[in-house]
Amino acid sequence: MNINLNISSFVNEPNFNSISPDKIYDTLIIGGGPAGLTAAVYCMRKGMKTALVLKKAGGQVAETASIENYPGYSYIDGNDLTLKFREQVMQFGIDYAENVSAERIIQGNVKKTLLDNGSAVSSKSIIIATGKKWKKLNIPGEERLINRGVAYCSICDGPLFAGKKVAVAGGGNSGVQAAIDLAKIASVVYLIQHRDRLKADEILVNSLKKFSNVEYLLGHEIREIHGEKEVEKITVENLSGNSSFEIPLNGVFVEIGMIPNTGFLNDVLKLNAFNEIPVDHLCRTEAAGVFAAGDVTDVRYKQIIVAAGEGAKAALSAYDYINFEFV
Amino acid sequence: MFDDSVKNQIRTILNPLKERVNILYFTQEFECAMCRDTGEFVRNINELSPKLNLTEFDYLKNPDKAEEFGIERIPAIAIADSGGKDTGIRFYGPPAGYEVNSFLSALLETSGAKQEIPVALMNRIKAVNKPVNIKVFISLSCPYCPEAVIAAHRLALENTNIKADMIDVGVFPHLGVKYNVSGVPKIVINETRELVGAHPIENMLEVIEKL
Repeated sequence: MNINLNISSFVNEPNFNSISPDKIYDTLIIGGGPAGLTAAVYCMRKGMKTALVLKKAGGQVAETASIENYPGYSYIDGNDLTLKFREQVMQFGIDYAENVSAERIIQGNVKKTLLDNGSAVSSKSIIIATGKKWKKLNIPGEERLINRGVAYCSICDGPLFAGKKVAVAGGGNSGVQAAIDLAKIASVVYLIQHRDRLKADEILVNSLKKFSNVEYLLGHEIREIHGEKEVEKITVENLSGNSSFEIPLNGVFVEIGMIPNTGFLNDVLKLNAFNEIPVDHLCRTEAAGVFAAGDVTDVRYKQIIVAAGEGAKAALSAYDYINFEFV
Repeated sequence: MFDDSVKNQIRTILNPLKERVNILYFTQEFECAMCRDTGEFVRNINELSPKLNLTEFDYLKNPDKAEEFGIERIPAIAIADSGGKDTGIRFYGPPAGYEVNSFLSALLETSGAKQEIPVALMNRIKAVNKPVNIKVFISLSCPYCPEAVIAAHRLALENTNIKADMIDVGVFPHLGVKYNVSGVPKIVINETRELVGAHPIENMLEVIEKL
């Protein structure tokens, strides 16, 4: 029997202050993944008046079981790395709010950020490090059947589909990993991917090939998910033959990657075609005093170490802005 | 079951335990596939703090105790305070995997080492005056599930009218079918109201207030 101890949730009351609506901060950091937390460490060390708001510490890192490419650690659990990041921030007694999202930024010399808890934060600069979230298929039936057979967390909901037929949408690393996990439990796994080959790392594809209960539907796309109270079948289109057919099954796992959390930026920044924030080599956005770092930006490589490095850059860049440009 | 480094981590987590906590483990000798592992799990945890007091009950030979605590199936764990008073906190199935976090949290909170709840919210919890049963269906590999279990258990701890069960769908698949669980966590309140996902105390309370 395994156990997955989440030590960070038991750490005694961390050392932080609540965010003051009356202060004008030098910078407000939005987001608590590796980019946001690294930015916080750099800002505090520079002596900037810093506020940090975040939804959940660690971001995607907290949801990652094992990390083997962060320097200094041949192996570390995502929860443990999150704990270490957070501890490093908390030693400074930062002004901090957890479980909070930004809803809108009002541009100006001093910027005002409205939060979903009803409060507002004023700051001379902003560092956006809000990361990404799981992408949906956006097809008929998906929304209605969420948690009724449509799932986005295969390790969570996989065990509920023991002996049943399931589909996995997506042939990247997360899709193939989900198919491996599900092949151990389900009777049949349909791996559905619009490209004609799997995009996942070879090592993952090879371990999937060891299972005989996986059916590959490459060059196919799910068009609709059907079912009254639960998922009953899906309509799949063959992209090359332009024909479609139905597969009766019980579950659809959506693993088609992620989209940036930039919904709250509509009126402030222009986004690229992937809804990412374009930044220059100093993490500057098109808006003066607004910086961005990590997976939310158009920096191509989405890696923990890259996000952390970008967070450091954004912090130093914001520091220079406050000292040399802000009037 | 646990290696030394995990044992030490759990010891540290349990360090803030204030009052003694009674762990009641309901099991039986035969025909209970998960009882052996669950028993080993609670015995292991019990050894990690002098403030924990584990008592094991055979479900068949001790029907009175099972009835007193309203235990409906095994393996089951009930948590009682230092005086032996029932907290309403139940774990059906082994609280292993990610649920070790909700189990340790239940021990800490029962002992009095609690996270503070805002006064207005606490007043609403205390005002619940009818019997409430919260079932939280989980799988052990679900990182989001302990959040829902901890919230439900806290409600039970703060108001004796509220009982809250963690139920592992992997151990009790027939309950998964009965309550139509096809995504976890799923929260069922008084058999009729449902919430899907890891909802906080406020959301559960809103449903309870409308019962």
